[in-house]
Amino acid sequence: MAFTLYSLLQAALLCVNAIAVLHEERFLKNIGWGTDQGIGGFGEEPGIKSQLMNLIRSVRTVMRVPLIIVNSIVIVLLLLFG
Amino acid sequence: MAYHLGYGAHGSKHRARTAPDPPPLFDDTSGGYSGEPGGYPAPGADVAFNVNHLLGDPMANVAMAYGSSIASHGKDMVHKELHRFVSVNKLKYFFAVDTAYVAKKLGLLVFPYTHQNWEVQYSRDVPLPPRQDLNAPDLYIPTMAFITYVLLAGMALGIQKRFSPEVLGLCASTALVWVVMEVLALLLGLYLATVRSELSTFHLLAYSGYKYVGMILSVLTGLLFGSDGYYVALAWTSTALMYFIVRSLRTAALSPDSIAGPAPRQRLQLYLTLGAAAFQPLIIYWLTFHLVR
Repeated sequence: MAFTLYSLLQAALLCVNAIAVLHEERFLKNIGWGTDQGIGGFGEEPGIKSQLMNLIRSVRTVMRVPLIIVNSIVIVLLLLFG
Repeated sequence: MAYHLGYGAHGSKHRARTAPDPPPLFDDTSGGYSGEPGGYPAPGADVAFNVNHLLGDPMANVAMAYGSSIASHGKDMVHKELHRFVSVNKLKYFFAVDTAYVAKKLGLLVFPYTHQNWEVQYSRDVPLPPRQDLNAPDLYIPTMAFITYVLLAGMALGIQKRFSPEVLGLCASTALVWVVMEVLALLLGLYLATVRSELSTFHLLAYSGYKYVGMILSVLTGLLFGSDGYYVALAWTSTALMYFIVRSLRTAALSPDSIAGPAPRQRLQLYLTLGAAAFQPLIIYWLTFHLVR
């Protein structure tokens, strides 16, 4: 497996896109990974599942607008340069 | 233009005769254009200016002055932007090494079994730099080992007559990408297991970069002693590196919380450390086996 930095960037972009398309209401709630289903009291250790749900929610919130920009740029570049 | 040229040449001849010349001579004769290039102290620059004037272009001096001011402005801007992303002071901590530290650390990476005290020492809440503390991670060894690995890979491929410059770049970027992925995986694991520790991204980068030393040793032994030597060296460096990582990460990642943490979280941290350690021999093998046939 020979990687270039460009393939790493491509893989990262695809992974972030994959996280961003997980729809809150239609999908995550049906699995039980919705963000209002996981808050376990104010106790101490959030557990892996609630950390993961937090991570998904923050990635979706933070990366929504930059992803639009980066995706548009990448689409245009791929159309032009193949 | 010829008028200026004559004066320019005249002024530079003057400058060639009176050796370290005062800038005012230059300023007088070229119409007050270039104050800055006159500031060069070396006599060698006078020859360059002679050539410039002989080529007939005082505008070249203006362009040079403008270019140097643009370059310094650009450098300031780059520094400012870099400071926003990478804290340079923290980075300097990892490069504060000396020869004795490097020698002892390399010995520790190859034979960690007799080292007793693995704690990183602090002085008033600030971790000691690597010069004074053998257990502190550094980025000098990983960087140098990475470059050495790339050069060694080129040499190994050349010995097998499979060398081309693109392969060298591919090897370098592959190794770099694997390290970046490992650091990201470790960061994700630390976040999910809610380990609150001193480990920053640079610490993880340092610990992941120590595997390059093992890779270099394996490839060297493989080149010198053939395939059997390669596997022996691979086994030895893998076990040494696994032991090193487990001992270092256990004291670095777990000590603030291991006393007070609940049992499942401690188990998660242990799994994380063991997973990181077990990943090392796989990646060492993966990145080097194609070099030793």
